[in-house]
Amino acid sequence: MEFPSDLKYTEEHEWARREGEDFLIGITDYAQSELGDIVFVELPEPGTRVDRGAVFGTIEAVKTVSDLYAPLGGEILEVNTDLADQPEIVNASPYGDGWMIRIKPSDPAEVESLMDADAYRAQVGEDA
Amino acid sequence: MTETVDRKTALYEEHVRLGARIVSFGGFLMPLQYTGQIAEHRAVRTGLGLFDLSHMGEFRIRGAGAPAAVDRLVTNRILGTEPGRVVYSPMCRPEGGIVDDLLVYHLAPDEVLLVVNASNIAKDRAWVREHLPNSLEFTDESEGIALVAVQGPRVEPFLDPMTPTPLADLAYYSAVRSEVAGIPVLLSRTGYTGEDGFELYVASDRAPELWGRLREAGGEGLTPVGLAARDTLRFEMGYCLYGNDIDETTNPLEAGLGWTVKFKKDAFVAKEALEAVRAAGVTRRLVGLDPGGGRAVPRKGYPILADGKPVGSVTSGTFAPSVGRGLALGYVARSHSGAGAAVGIDIRGRVVDAAVTRPPFYTSGSRKTH
Repeated sequence: MEFPSDLKYTEEHEWARREGEDFLIGITDYAQSELGDIVFVELPEPGTRVDRGAVFGTIEAVKTVSDLYAPLGGEILEVNTDLADQPEIVNASPYGDGWMIRIKPSDPAEVESLMDADAYRAQVGEDA
Repeated sequence: MTETVDRKTALYEEHVRLGARIVSFGGFLMPLQYTGQIAEHRAVRTGLGLFDLSHMGEFRIRGAGAPAAVDRLVTNRILGTEPGRVVYSPMCRPEGGIVDDLLVYHLAPDEVLLVVNASNIAKDRAWVREHLPNSLEFTDESEGIALVAVQGPRVEPFLDPMTPTPLADLAYYSAVRSEVAGIPVLLSRTGYTGEDGFELYVASDRAPELWGRLREAGGEGLTPVGLAARDTLRFEMGYCLYGNDIDETTNPLEAGLGWTVKFKKDAFVAKEALEAVRAAGVTRRLVGLDPGGGRAVPRKGYPILADGKPVGSVTSGTFAPSVGRGLALGYVARSHSGAGAAVGIDIRGRVVDAAVTRPPFYTSGSRKTH
């Protein structure tokens, strides 16, 4: 189970990675493992604005469905279109090729309230 | 307060060794998946899958008249079948609700084996003992019997060299006492996948050896398969899952199991109640539901609507890997239960159009028909 130390995390098992002024967002290794084989990922159109904590999409696994929650509020600049045809990328590479959206945060201070890797690892019950 | 701890099957350590994701199911710690649900599902449809089903319960009933006694307890016909026959049947309460669905092994004129769902072992044991004549001997052998299943189109050439029984001569839904890899088993040509397959009942203390010999013989071509794939495999065939599609509130006729109810039998529990249902007609039917693609996956509990009004709800729903889309089973009011009927399924607040269909959803399975 991976918990990259350069990422920020949410209680809903999303991660955020700073890239310049934007953030890439995805779901964690723990989340993809719990979900099992993913079959559909529903993401919004670029240009969509979301508030922090709002649902920005849906992830459908064989046996269950889960909402995706925005770790940060802002404008969605880019969406990973590879996931439309190959949703299994999220299972194989949740922190890399399985990224979901690129967001330009409207309030950079919101980043401070995200968890670091140790806090998230503790939350999911793994020994550090 | 008493806490019940989940039990382990005789093969638990094997699953841990294989890196399985372990979950609690029916009071047991069971492998949900090993390498991945879809990969395991496809392995069974195209090759060979290996299952630990030791959580299931087994009850042995012995004595003169055992088949007759069981015949009175279940809806399907047991009396008059040949020894060696396996019969799938619901077991009902007098009012017609289903206590469990089970397999009845008519092993000998004085010996019947019942195989029941893990989650219903205690309930079924009490029910059966209450209804059996005192002259018969009832033994719960669930702990002492393990169950290993091999399922897939390549199963006969795979297993045939490992057993003295010529598998080409073993008909579907029949069983024989035999050996696999020199280990005594009750060899049963049955399964819950829609593919050809065998279920091997073995003494629990020989189960790890049997599992090991099968894996050794199968190599990379034999895939361990967990409960997640077991569910999508049975779902694609439209097979009922107790607790989802059938339960104490459903009767066999509305569940599409009318073929298991042999009204010509003299007497059996629920006969009168089911005759009344047959005469009046069912008020609802368990049907297949197909949204026709898109990304909609109907799930258990989602409401089914017609003309804006509720007409039923989903009992089982999933993405079906061999069909390639989301599908469902559910009860629908009789008026809307004809094949092709247009309904809506409320999928998390959005009503998606779906058509009523007749399962199976997957029609290329290799299971025998006789």
